[in-house]
Amino acid sequence: MKLDAKCPSGPIAQQWDKHRFDMKLINPANKRKFDAIVVGTGLAGASAAASLAELGYKVDVFCFSDSPRRAHSIAAQGGINAAKNYPNDGDSVMRLFYDTVKGGDFRARESNVYRLAQVSNAIIDQCVAQGVPFAREYSGLLDNRSFGGAQVSRTFYARGQTGQQLLLGAYSALMRQVGLGQVKMHARTEMLDLVVIDGRARGIVVRDLVSGEIRSYAADAVVLATGGYANIFYLSTNAKACNATAIWRAHKRGAGLANPCYTQIHPTCIPRSGDYQSKLTLMSESLRNDGRVWVPKAKVDKRSPDQIPESERDYYLERKYPSYGNLAPRDISSRAAKEVCDEGRGVGPSGFGVYLDFADSIQRLGKSVIEERYGNLFEMYERITGENPYGVPMRIYPAPHYTMGGLWVDYNLMSTIDGLHVIGEANFSDHGANRLGASALMQGLADGYFILPYTLGHYFASSKLGKLTTDHPEFKRVENEVNERQQRLTSMNGKRTPDSFHRALGAIMWEKCGMARNERGLKEALQAIPALREEFWQNLKITGSREEYNVVLEHAGRVADFLEFAETMCLDALTRTESCGGHFREESHTPDGEAQRDDENFCHATVWEHLGDGKTPMAHKESLTFDTVKLTVRSYK
Amino acid sequence: MTLMKLTLRIWRQKNARTEGQFVTYQLDNVSEHMSFLEMLDVLNEGLVAKGEEPVAFDHDCREGICGACSLMINGYPHGPLPKTTTCQLHMRHFKDGDVITVEPWRARAFPVIKDCVTDRSAFDRIMQAGGFISVRTGGTPDANALPIRKRSADLSMDAAACIGCGACVAACKNASAMLFVAAKVGQFAHLPQGQVERKERVKAMIGRMDVEGFGNCTNTYDCEGACPKQIPRRFINEMNRDFIWAALTE
Amino acid sequence: MRWLMNVLTSSIGAKALMAATGLILVLFLVGHMVGNLQLFGGPDMLNGYAEFLHSKPLVLWVVRLGMIAAVLLHILSSIRLTLLNNRARPTAYKLKRPISSTFASRNMFLTGLVVAAFVTYHLLHFTFRATHPAFATLKDAHGRFDVYSMVVQSFSDPLIAGAYIVALVLLGLHLWHAIGSTFQSLGLMSPKLQPIVSAMSLALAGLLVLGNVAMPIAVLLGLVARTQGVTLP
Repeated sequence: MKLDAKCPSGPIAQQWDKHRFDMKLINPANKRKFDAIVVGTGLAGASAAASLAELGYKVDVFCFSDSPRRAHSIAAQGGINAAKNYPNDGDSVMRLFYDTVKGGDFRARESNVYRLAQVSNAIIDQCVAQGVPFAREYSGLLDNRSFGGAQVSRTFYARGQTGQQLLLGAYSALMRQVGLGQVKMHARTEMLDLVVIDGRARGIVVRDLVSGEIRSYAADAVVLATGGYANIFYLSTNAKACNATAIWRAHKRGAGLANPCYTQIHPTCIPRSGDYQSKLTLMSESLRNDGRVWVPKAKVDKRSPDQIPESERDYYLERKYPSYGNLAPRDISSRAAKEVCDEGRGVGPSGFGVYLDFADSIQRLGKSVIEERYGNLFEMYERITGENPYGVPMRIYPAPHYTMGGLWVDYNLMSTIDGLHVIGEANFSDHGANRLGASALMQGLADGYFILPYTLGHYFASSKLGKLTTDHPEFKRVENEVNERQQRLTSMNGKRTPDSFHRALGAIMWEKCGMARNERGLKEALQAIPALREEFWQNLKITGSREEYNVVLEHAGRVADFLEFAETMCLDALTRTESCGGHFREESHTPDGEAQRDDENFCHATVWEHLGDGKTPMAHKESLTFDTVKLTVRSYK
Repeated sequence: MTLMKLTLRIWRQKNARTEGQFVTYQLDNVSEHMSFLEMLDVLNEGLVAKGEEPVAFDHDCREGICGACSLMINGYPHGPLPKTTTCQLHMRHFKDGDVITVEPWRARAFPVIKDCVTDRSAFDRIMQAGGFISVRTGGTPDANALPIRKRSADLSMDAAACIGCGACVAACKNASAMLFVAAKVGQFAHLPQGQVERKERVKAMIGRMDVEGFGNCTNTYDCEGACPKQIPRRFINEMNRDFIWAALTE
Repeated sequence: MRWLMNVLTSSIGAKALMAATGLILVLFLVGHMVGNLQLFGGPDMLNGYAEFLHSKPLVLWVVRLGMIAAVLLHILSSIRLTLLNNRARPTAYKLKRPISSTFASRNMFLTGLVVAAFVTYHLLHFTFRATHPAFATLKDAHGRFDVYSMVVQSFSDPLIAGAYIVALVLLGLHLWHAIGSTFQSLGLMSPKLQPIVSAMSLALAGLLVLGNVAMPIAVLLGLVARTQGVTLP
């Protein structure tokens, strides 16, 4: 596996311009001769599909939901960053770039991140033109707020549902192209494998989730926009159907998988309430602006919070990180919460929770101010927990939220398989080891609207792509493999449901490969996962048949892939013996217990190559160089 | 923690071609902290363990925003709690011994796929007819080049809050999609960017809505009460005006 | 005129048609009631008013034809819409509960049917006098057709008066929803107007019911004087 990032040379600020000039173009009349498959209809997939279709390419779009508008981008609450500098507070492309590289703990590729910051402004222009109702001031101009520890206000937002509004913008553009016949939409259709012919991605094999039929689609290029894999933890803030199947199948066909151990654990989620818990709900991080985080000083203190006097409370974030206090970055506050709970000082019925207390703010600002700022969040919290946060402190706990790792891509967003492009959360590129708040939406749309439409054209123009159809024997071969796998899944007639395997896997991953890991735990996980996988392939129980709408079978296929993915993820975590970004390697810390990055040995992306089932994948390295931003230690003390 | 025993009467239908019927299930040990869907998960895990097919229902984000979850629960779309999707409805709103009737959205335009899963792609086709502003990617003016009155932007946002779940159709005695379409039309009608295509948009979307086989609005407003995002009826009124004006002048 | 047909058969156009024709009918109802309330002014007044109406056949027929057109369009469109609406939900819910809707709003077709039946009877009764052919011979002291006696004699029959009262109350329900609905269907509503329109629909529907039922009730209670010298058929 050869890793050539293909980053343009020259000063970073001119690289994208230079690259755009260097890329080959396709004459408008010839564009309709090329077709692309786009899998996934979140921000990245929908924006890419619409933009490609507008250019004249023929596009087939696939999503497993009933409508493209349901993709999980929709759930992003906070906002989207851009370097507009509308508030005149000193923001610039350079500063957004700098913040993103630093926020990612120097594990992202500079060239990609700079380009992301460069196109960020055009995204806002595009979305406004589409009719996205961003928040505005009385002047009629766009409002901005600060987010995720940034020192400038660069976040654009649409109430608490920026993700939904941006997705609806991209979805509307996509629907327009469907209406024009330029895009063919395949909803309730799940990609189950990638077809690679002569070293190029030439199509996919899918399952029609309604009829159960296995079908193939051929194209000149395949674009994966299938999101992240945080559901490997079972309990995460991801939607229930989010899965790693598309990227894992592509990985098994030759696409390098980069930094799979980089996951982000969000500090402010509602803790789980019981064993039946199906997912976790995120509460906006903005709550930490006015809430104080604390736990009792004593272990297993079962008193109700109002019975615990001030002197017996530990405001641990304020104590440990006096300058940032309750606003410490996501990774740091998540880890601190886990620490105090592991000490036995966690609150709530499960013991895995910390208080986020608004009593002081309510006293200082009045209930009405708090209500105005967080009313809808408090309402949501009460709806879920049945507790009124105006009277009782909220309980929060960290939860897996986003995965920075993903398929390796070069500057053109192409994976190690020619023609297979990967965009949005599914790729590894821009966030390094930790993603800043309000940056995921930016990256998804940057890839889809403003990067892929150029680079895919370049791929078409510079490749010799003969026409081929799904009659090609390779399609039949892959289809047969998919059918066999389906057959194996449905024929075991064992005892355990896919959900129970998924929960068991999630427990291993959360315990051993969550926000804090150590060698022993990871090695244990690397024993436990294959054992669980083995049991899965012997003792799985599936009801219903393959030739119908079958949610159990759908889930089983996704769990099967998670069970393989998990092993590579743990291997990646084991190999990376440094603490960085979203994760803490317990062996690697400073004398005062903070995360210790190891730039000497780990200033690279680890890219895994699949060598076959049952074989240990091979690690490759893409060294990361930091010419523009100097490597520094993140400190939030 | 309170545990409840519940009787569930759930619509089971093998596929679009077969007839469905209600099947009764008993569920013990339902925690008040479960969400409604988690309660169904527990039921389903039990069914699969017994070798029976689980109840199929649409769901995804379970945060009340993707609009995938549906279900007519005891005669109410998304259950009896206002402003709440099924995934955010928790069992503490039910009591021990309750009988709960669960049905799919029922409308000709939303045919049943299996059990409580329906095909809502009619909404997508309405959007394809005109639910957009025809801008291409790139070449758009600076976002602040066009100031938009805050009140207009806020109203547009009120409409844009629609999650496309179809509760309005489910609640309407005529299975009309007017609130959905009105929300989509209204989002653009309140923005200056939306003015260029305003007349074409409303005509095209209503035309498609009629073709899809939704019923007609008789101004009963059950849609407004059922809408988990509380999209107000004013958008229907405004769409009526826009449509009539467009029809008479174009 | 194909475009007009297309508009009027579209869902919103059809509603606008319902609203517009309904509005005409409501205006007529107001005029009709005001005219009829002259019952309380005695036979001279009412019979004079009837004589006056019939002295302007052109106006009368223009109004009548307009009314017939409005009624026909209103009814035909409502039948079409009801059929479409029923078809839009081929499988009924086992359990469905109202949320924001009123009884009146959910049962417009039913109340409309009753009103249509009532109007038919009303026309046969008082206009064509098919139910009581003897009415045709009623003449008052001035030799005019004696509307007053016809009405009073009819309403003296508790069965007829009762039927009128019931039908009028249902008409009231129909109007209560209809008047507000007209504003919404024609796009003339706004959140600010909403409570005013609601109150107004209730008030107008209420007035129309009260004004109209006042007549049979007054007759039943003997508050309206029987005319002298006319023999009951």
